Amino acid sequence: MNVTIVDYNSGNISSVINSFKEVAKDKVNIDVTSDLNKIKSSDKVVLPGQGSFKSCVDALNNISGLVDTLNEFAINNKKPLLGICVGLQMFADVGFEETETKGLSWISGKVSKIDNQNGKYKLPHIGWNEINITKDSKIFKGIKNKSHMYFVHSYEFVPEDKNVISATTDYSSNIVCSVEKGNIFGTQFHPEKSDKIGLKIINNFISL
Amino acid sequence: MLKNRIIPCLDVKNGRVVKGINFVDLKDAGDPVEQAKIYSDGGADEICFLDITASNENRDTIYDVVEKTSKKCFVPLTVGGGVRSVEDINKLLNCGADKVSINTAAVQNPEVVVESSKKFGSQCIVVAIDAKKNANKWEIFTHGGRNNTGIDAIEFAKKMEVSGAGELLVTSMDRDGTQAGYDIELMSKISSKVNIPVIASGGVGNLNHLVDGIKLGNASAVLAASIFHYGKYSVKEAKEYLDSKGIPVRI
Repeated sequence: MNVTIVDYNSGNISSVINSFKEVAKDKVNIDVTSDLNKIKSSDKVVLPGQGSFKSCVDALNNISGLVDTLNEFAINNKKPLLGICVGLQMFADVGFEETETKGLSWISGKVSKIDNQNGKYKLPHIGWNEINITKDSKIFKGIKNKSHMYFVHSYEFVPEDKNVISATTDYSSNIVCSVEKGNIFGTQFHPEKSDKIGLKIINNFISL
Repeated sequence: MLKNRIIPCLDVKNGRVVKGINFVDLKDAGDPVEQAKIYSDGGADEICFLDITASNENRDTIYDVVEKTSKKCFVPLTVGGGVRSVEDINKLLNCGADKVSINTAAVQNPEVVVESSKKFGSQCIVVAIDAKKNANKWEIFTHGGRNNTGIDAIEFAKKMEVSGAGELLVTSMDRDGTQAGYDIELMSKISSKVNIPVIASGGVGNLNHLVDGIKLGNASAVLAASIFHYGKYSVKEAKEYLDSKGIPVRI
């Protein structure tokens, strides 16, 4: 089996690579590339993302044919794809970080700044927070409700259809921190930095 | 609920762990990769490496340490010490660091903070503030605490938030290595003036100091070196103690 981590200059992805390689060992081949043919032929795709919504969308668009290839992979061919952090946020129609920017429109909704309630909540939301599992997601197999995951973000994905939400976390309000829509998975938290429990989520995705 | 973080810090020199008393009188005590792994297995919320003599010496050894550690530890790894340029940050991130802490360069050339936070995102840019009390204010020191700049620490903290820092790592130079506890006044002043998380550092001698850093200093995270490194307390003991004092921690 081949799992491709999309390398599209979206910031630091070395931790994502390290964690997937740790979980995959020799059983699964992990590719790190933006090569369109490699993405097309892989069994699963991981879409990481750090920095701003705009910088990640721009970086995707800068690689000719990449968005079309991802659309074909996830929407037409319905193969499993996992978005992490801004990788998840880009599933939305639109994001408001820096400036209004169009997303991939895979899951209807918007990405807006977390309400810090006049400074009551520090931003970025950095650190370990509990997840409230709201739906039986395949990537949460064996993961207990209220498990701790590592977060670092200032913006949140607000999907229109609440049925796609698989977990929320409590910071200022109930922030959507995981989604599942058919073959499309996303986590706002960083499984690659969430210790053994995070590696289990990665293992669940790889084992789909 | 977001948990307060406990961050063990390993001071590294030439690829080996040391811990200074007031930044001098170094003792060699171990392999950083193994130490980091022990900490992450023991429940550390993040790991911090500080390359303490990096400003003066060949610092390529730290890249090797970071690369090896990031393949074994799957909690966030912050690396600081001698980080001067956007290129230095890029190199550390590529080696597997999740965040980079910038000290002297942020004071001498704040553009580094602006540029790097734009390029890599604020989430990986930590500005390390070394401050010493002088009369009624705190002054910024650079170069591992050797040079006084005359810059007011509170003003500087605000400026760094605007420049794009994602977190502030605040060290009291008066307390560092003394085990007398954090400078609570400094921590709470800075924390109340910025809207980004503050990590308290410098002076932890017992577990009550960690409690004070969070409860009185309003720090989001507490960093400590020697109390963990010399085995006085384990990270697990520290967390259980904080939990018993009503502080939310990840156990």
